[in-house]
Amino acid sequence: MATISSDNAGPTHKAVEVGITLLIALFGAIVIFGSVKAGINWGAEGPRAGFFPFYVGIFIVAASAINLRDALRDANGRLFAEWGQLRQVMSVVIPTAIYVGSMPFVGLYVASIIFIGWFMRWLGKYSWPIVLGVAFGMPIVTYFIFERWFLVPLPKGPIEEWLGL
Amino acid sequence: MEEIANLFQGFAVALQPFNIMVMIVGIVLGVIIGVLPGLGGANGVAILLPLTFSMPPTSAIIMLSCIYWGALFGGAITSILFNIPGEPWSVATTFDGYPMAQQGKAGEALTAAFTSSFVGALFAVIMITLVAPLVASFALQFGPAEKFAVYFLAFCSFVGLSKEPPFKTIAAMMIGFALAAVGLDSITGQLRLTFGATELLNGFDFLIAVIGLFGIGEILLTMEEGLSFRGGTAKINLRVVLQTWKLLPAYWLTSLRSCVIGCWMGITPAGATPASFMSYGIAKRVAKNGNNFGKGEIEGVIAPETAAHAAGTAALLPMLSLGVPGSPTAAVLLGGLLIWGLQPGPMLFVEQKEFVWGLIASMYLGNLVGLVVVLTCVPIFAAILRVPFSIIAPLILVLCAIGAYSVHSSTFDVMLMLVFGVAGYLLKKCNYPLAPLVLAIVLGDKAEEAFRQSLLGSQGSLSIFFSNSLVSSIMILGLIALFWSAIQEGYSRLRTARA
Repeated sequence: MATISSDNAGPTHKAVEVGITLLIALFGAIVIFGSVKAGINWGAEGPRAGFFPFYVGIFIVAASAINLRDALRDANGRLFAEWGQLRQVMSVVIPTAIYVGSMPFVGLYVASIIFIGWFMRWLGKYSWPIVLGVAFGMPIVTYFIFERWFLVPLPKGPIEEWLGL
Repeated sequence: MEEIANLFQGFAVALQPFNIMVMIVGIVLGVIIGVLPGLGGANGVAILLPLTFSMPPTSAIIMLSCIYWGALFGGAITSILFNIPGEPWSVATTFDGYPMAQQGKAGEALTAAFTSSFVGALFAVIMITLVAPLVASFALQFGPAEKFAVYFLAFCSFVGLSKEPPFKTIAAMMIGFALAAVGLDSITGQLRLTFGATELLNGFDFLIAVIGLFGIGEILLTMEEGLSFRGGTAKINLRVVLQTWKLLPAYWLTSLRSCVIGCWMGITPAGATPASFMSYGIAKRVAKNGNNFGKGEIEGVIAPETAAHAAGTAALLPMLSLGVPGSPTAAVLLGGLLIWGLQPGPMLFVEQKEFVWGLIASMYLGNLVGLVVVLTCVPIFAAILRVPFSIIAPLILVLCAIGAYSVHSSTFDVMLMLVFGVAGYLLKKCNYPLAPLVLAIVLGDKAEEAFRQSLLGSQGSLSIFFSNSLVSSIMILGLIALFWSAIQEGYSRLRTARA
């Protein structure tokens, strides 16, 4: 890796943990809000729809409060991860997000070919024949296993339509 | 003796040629899933679940459960040869398995691991055969209050027994319950927590959560560590196998103890991972040469492997007899039952005899087939690990996407999977347990229904959960489990205070 200079730098575990705990508490608050809107008291048919999730939301907020206290007490300054490591993680998350986001428009097969090809060429630095072999091979095998043998339809885009698949 | 007759009928079902073929395919796929990083028992089964929609339910469950057995076997291969646990429950196997491989005793270690796995599974299956019908017939008398008490016990055990901080376990679990509540309320037919989004009408499917949390999350963790595989080669031949088998009977006590630990931890939803650690720890303390543990002691391979496999198998007991899965993978299998139109729970033993006993018989056969497959094919499976991660990772990501899509033929679910994946990565890094989250998504609706029905019967008074001896004893067990770590701490403080 060329990022030796950024060694031992990165977000602290404490900061990330506090952030996650607050996000969970926010989620709990949304659940409480939604439950109150659905009705948390008793109706003609017994407890109303929001009754159970309301208490679930209360539990989430209460547990998060204790987790937040514990997280803030953490005096150990260890890192959550180094920036270089997080860059590695993002180098998977971002392309996967693009892959997933483009699927409704170009279909699963085309998106998969580009995604596998990109991943192997960019992160793996393989030669083109290997890249193209795997990138086209996997979706073709998938097509036969899922659509032909087990009759599970997968999303298709304009190119599959043009090919008449 | 009715069980024996039922079991033989089950063998007749499991021995049909199609089912045997399905069994072998399942085992091989399972071992591959167990060997690959990022694919585990739970998400492997979840991804392949859509393939079984068109199969008869009995064949489908045989295939999926065999994938599970295969994954349990497969975890040992990577632990011993590469010092990389393919599954969390095989972490303890690396302690002595990898040193053995370094000393050139990989064959012995693998044979011991596979054989112990088989012994653990066999013990658990025999226990299921004998105990499951009794539990199911007992559970037939349960009303809504007792049902809720069983769920309460299952979730409290998570809080008390897991090694993560209790309030993180509670938070994770409650997130699961909240996600399960989204969408149409099954009792009043009212919409809730959707905030106007039509995609959320049917709520969150736990299969998507499993694929995201365990599959994508695991890949991200692996990327962060930047894994490169280095490992020994495996040479197993008949001579090594027979030699090792001659050694094993001397450790019968370790095996038996590990079987019991595994079964206990599998039935209570603590699962295979703590079972393997606990069994390893106790074996280390009790064994004569306990100081050599960690340097390549064969007993240090036997103990965790036996317990992990016994726990993984025993997790199916509460799933079959009560409808409460003991592990995330058992939860996925339970989701499969619902999709094939079967209602999990005690009625299964009355209404679907062929299915239940076919499954139990297939556990005996599947583990035997698994043992033969892994002993003969280890070098092939080990070769899979030499394929670099930058090829494996995109293929697994694509497989996860296909699995997530085919659950409901929805591309929204695929995006949701990625969100769950990132959440899984962050939660895992912050020490939140994922298993209770998934189990709460699976059981949330049922637990809520039981809770509300009980309250209806009692006009809203919580005293219904302590109204008779059966329900109150289950609830009290639950409370003990909930405060278990606090009780233990108090007890040890008391002892040190006295001493």
